[in-house]
Amino acid sequence: MDLKNLTVRGHRLTGKNILAMLIFLFLATAPIYMSSFRVNMLGKYMCFALVALGIDMIWGYTGILSLGHGVYFGLGAYCMAMHLKLEASNGELPDFMAWSAVEKLPAFWAPFHSSVFTICAVVLIPVIFAAIIGSLTFLNRIRGVFFCILSQALSYALATFMIGRQEYFGGSNGLTSFTTIFGFSVNSPTTKMVLFYFTLVFLIGAFALCTKIVNSRVGRVLIAVRDAENRVRFTGYSPAVYKVFVYCLSAALAGIAGALYVPQVGIISPTDINIAPSTEMVIWVAVGGKATLVGSILGALVVNFTKSIVSEQFPDIWQFFIGALFIAVILFFPGGLISIKDLPAKVIGIIRKKSSKADAADTAAVNADAREPKKDPKVSRTPVGKGGSV
Amino acid sequence: MAEAVPVLEIRDASITFGNFRAVKNVSTKVYENEIRFLIGPNGAGKTTLLDAICGKNRLSGGNIIYRSEGEEYDLQKIKENKIVNIGVGRKFQAPSVFTGLTIFENMELAVVRDRSVFASLKSKLRKQEIEDIKHQLQFVGLYEMRNEYPTVLSHGQKQWLEIAMLCVSKPKLMLLDEPVAGMGRRETQRTAELLKIIQNNCTIVVVEHDMQFVKEVATLVTVLHDGELLCEGTMDEVSGNQQVIDVYLGRGGE
Ligand SMILES: Nc1ncnc2c1ncn2[C@@H]1O[C@H](COP(=O)(O)OP(=O)(O)OP(=O)(O)O)[C@@H](O)[C@H]1O
Ligand SMILES: [Mg+2]
Repeated sequence: MDLKNLTVRGHRLTGKNILAMLIFLFLATAPIYMSSFRVNMLGKYMCFALVALGIDMIWGYTGILSLGHGVYFGLGAYCMAMHLKLEASNGELPDFMAWSAVEKLPAFWAPFHSSVFTICAVVLIPVIFAAIIGSLTFLNRIRGVFFCILSQALSYALATFMIGRQEYFGGSNGLTSFTTIFGFSVNSPTTKMVLFYFTLVFLIGAFALCTKIVNSRVGRVLIAVRDAENRVRFTGYSPAVYKVFVYCLSAALAGIAGALYVPQVGIISPTDINIAPSTEMVIWVAVGGKATLVGSILGALVVNFTKSIVSEQFPDIWQFFIGALFIAVILFFPGGLISIKDLPAKVIGIIRKKSSKADAADTAAVNADAREPKKDPKVSRTPVGKGGSV
Repeated sequence: MAEAVPVLEIRDASITFGNFRAVKNVSTKVYENEIRFLIGPNGAGKTTLLDAICGKNRLSGGNIIYRSEGEEYDLQKIKENKIVNIGVGRKFQAPSVFTGLTIFENMELAVVRDRSVFASLKSKLRKQEIEDIKHQLQFVGLYEMRNEYPTVLSHGQKQWLEIAMLCVSKPKLMLLDEPVAGMGRRETQRTAELLKIIQNNCTIVVVEHDMQFVKEVATLVTVLHDGELLCEGTMDEVSGNQQVIDVYLGRGGE
């Protein structure tokens, strides 16, 4: 029986898996041939790639555009930063609290003394928050533009809240001046290297997990929700539950990313979680190629790398450059950078079409000549490619 | 045996949109293994009534009772996806399938019983389920195309895919909204055969304008007009009714 070849999805992804392998290989070997400065940068970008993976799950696969993932990144990051701050303060009050004339450590800071609590909080707080937001919105069938605006408002609200709470969260300066992480100096090259590989392991793990989910029936339900939510509902699935699930998953990834970001970068501030960075996260996925997983990793790395290089060389115009890159990709590769692999086939297709069109035009002209001498040589112009729906 | 108890009982159902009453005090009973047709001119409220049965919209008056395996359900109180899971399947007027999934994968989502996230993460298709899909796809002639995406299908084929998805999920009560619209004569014929097969272990309510199709498969016909139940009976009885001829059949059934 040919029952085997009935289930196909998964095998189709080999090309993408190879690309993922190459990216991971590049990242794993980067410390060998790159300066520690660049490696540290890559570590930061891997955190972004982790966020991008989650966004790809919710946007690329499920079709829910969230412009507020800075919130979950921020929650994870602040949890970690609070722990690091306490480590750095040696039992005393954190410096910024003293400046704000706070006398006693606020009660909600206390548990962050514990590294175990912190590690759990980094995942659980974003997930719980996402579960609440997700249930309130998805169960009430808030979607599309409304969800988009709401998610954006969330990241604005959190950033504003953090800025306003100078005495608890360091205000617009954020949390910084860390010394150790779980007892190891944050600035030592070894710690940095360990953090780098730790992040890589998380990235690979997250990629494997997302790939597994996407290849399971859950992935198919998510795609179905994106295509025809009502049909999903009347096929007996609860779209809201699946949406909350994937929203929480992406929040968890963003939270972990934030927690890994803080010790490597040394600071987290409200500007890192506001609307602008939240929107940028979506751009990484769009540039890399959505609903591909590996594309989102590629996008996060490429966009941020380009951004750094350009901003070093042309500090004044780099933002325009990034904007131009985004527009160029959307215009020429609606499927993202990952669709470049289709380019040769596409070009061949166009050439084929052109030549066959020329042939057709020739014969048409010959035929037409017989009857009427003047005829428009432009034959039907069929569009090539598919133009991904954004 | 169970013949005496209707599978679906609509009691004095009314549905309003704002001030507009789309369905007015409709009552009817549909019994097991029946193929009931709802006919009537455009805007009569047929789709709206189906929507109320499957939970897509709510009644402003009356109630809808569904019975299955000794249980009695007030469909008003149950969420849409739960209604599906107690055995009520629905096909919409406009064909709606998942274009981002292959035909086989479309069927896969329909065939499984446990539709929770956890089950979807863990469980693979069982052999029996794969066989069911295969059998169903072969019946509607889409088996050879199972690994293609539904975008390549014609309107009629999409209808079939949707009907096949419904069938494979083995509902107890099937609600079909204009299933043969966009199908050719032969496809319509085949759909009629399909319905007659399904009928053996399912109750079917169909909205349709194709009178030849209605004649062929209907057990009983309910005529709606302006949201009201005009008359009910066998196709012969109904087509002899002067009122029905005046408002609907006399106009060529469109
Ligand atoms: N969501 C809605 N809001 C307001 N009015 C509606 C809504 N849905 C349906 N209607 C109105 O209710 C009436 C019944 O519509 P319905 O779609 O049930 O008709 P139908 O019998 O299925 O017709 P057709 O044969 O054209 O499919 C129509 O007048 C329609 O305009
Ligand atoms: Mg209708």
